[in-house]
Amino acid sequence: MTKAMVIIGAGECGGRAALVLRDLGFEGPVTLVGDEPHLPYERPPLSKEAMTGEAPAIKAIASDEILAERSIRHIHSVQAVAIDRAAHVVRLSDGSALPYDKLLLATGSLPRKLPMPGLGARCVYLRTFNDAKAIHAHLRAGNRVAIVGGGFIGLELAASARKLGADVTVVEAQPRILMRGVPAEIAEIIHKQHEAEGVTILAGQGISAIADEGAEVRITLAGGLEVVADLAIIGIGAVPVTALAAEAGLAIDNGIAVDAELRTCDPDIFAAGDCCSFPLAVYGGRRVRLEAWRNAQEQGALAARNMLGAGEAHAAVPWFWSDQYGLTLQIAGLSDEGHSVVRRDLEDGAFILFHLAGDGRLVAASGIGPGNAVARDIRLAEMLIAKRAKPAPEALGSQTVKLKSLLAA
Amino acid sequence: MSDWVEACEAADIDEEDVMRFDHGGRTFAIYRSPDDEYFATDGLCSHEKVHLADGLVMDDIIECPKHNGRFNYKTGAARGAPVCVNLRTYPVKVDAGKVLIQIG
Repeated sequence: MTKAMVIIGAGECGGRAALVLRDLGFEGPVTLVGDEPHLPYERPPLSKEAMTGEAPAIKAIASDEILAERSIRHIHSVQAVAIDRAAHVVRLSDGSALPYDKLLLATGSLPRKLPMPGLGARCVYLRTFNDAKAIHAHLRAGNRVAIVGGGFIGLELAASARKLGADVTVVEAQPRILMRGVPAEIAEIIHKQHEAEGVTILAGQGISAIADEGAEVRITLAGGLEVVADLAIIGIGAVPVTALAAEAGLAIDNGIAVDAELRTCDPDIFAAGDCCSFPLAVYGGRRVRLEAWRNAQEQGALAARNMLGAGEAHAAVPWFWSDQYGLTLQIAGLSDEGHSVVRRDLEDGAFILFHLAGDGRLVAASGIGPGNAVARDIRLAEMLIAKRAKPAPEALGSQTVKLKSLLAA
Repeated sequence: MSDWVEACEAADIDEEDVMRFDHGGRTFAIYRSPDDEYFATDGLCSHEKVHLADGLVMDDIIECPKHNGRFNYKTGAARGAPVCVNLRTYPVKVDAGKVLIQIG
């Protein structure tokens, strides 16, 4: 019997899942539903490469030709409005209905809204390609850009805005930038780089009021300082898109709750990527939700395999990166699992912090340096973390000991 | 046919490792496999033009340092998302302790 596969959400995760279903030889109907008008595309460039070029361009995950060749039906500019679990049907905003045998929710996340009055047309968020185009139009010499939130999106946009010559001020309520998941030692390097490039960073400064009137935005900080800008970009985190799942009665727990095989409490419905929380095997099943490109890609592929009955448990180690100016940061694992830190210096000022649990197990590695200086060692660290290895701290800290040799041990 | 170009000393590359080689405005990656054979491919990942020589070699796979796209460096075949375009490979020989590649 031919089954029908339906995927809601045509981002990295959903797009990848559709392709993997075909890679695995599935021959039944595959339908990919997205609410944007574009082909499935990569989001990471939106704050970086796409933002610094002449004009933002889509970096598609699959072209129209590939989708046609692989018989993937892509329904764009349409939202899924309801799931009828008993009938195995998804209802769409254009009034149509899609029957499914297996359903994947890859609904992603949306920018967290700044919960205060006074925001208008000059206060914007970045999530989609269209958001990126609107922001790009404002990034030019002489324009003042205020960035609310010193996280990855905000800081990458700050770097891009400087590259295009705008005046940039970053406002962060926490005592320092990158409080979530990045060690202070590494955040400091990034902070200094931004200041050297001419960005003003105001950390530890909550916002008491925003007035978005006329030609400018005035942001008043709790300490009394006022930041005046032509554009305010708000990057204060993301929230999972769960309404569709919640209304269908699926369990929600900081995202759509899934098991290790990415299955929701309905065995015919899976969820993957930014929208789901799942048990992370490498940390004893700790339930997490990750907003990261590679996670979206890996979980999209894993969900596809499990929709076809593979019964495979998620085993990957979280990994993400950020590019700002010439610096690249890469982190494998979750550093909050660590109790102690060992530093390993590499060439050109690059370094890696290895985070060790109380029992000596390597649980995370955070690295920063020019270009891809830390990439290989972070990748090896990721493999050590996956193996639950307990490498000797002296070996981790010594430049003369190759990490690859620890992997073989 | 084009000439053989001397890229490096054979001993410059560890076993199961990779080295960047620039020549004539182009960039290549030269590999030494775990069984001590040498190979060469284009130096930049087909996904986002990142130098593969900063990546990790495991058996016959090179993994891009940026987004973990994988290629078989012996054949150039793309082996995993996000890469889907194969790498071009080049003939390699070792002569008197030198690695030479034939750049077409």
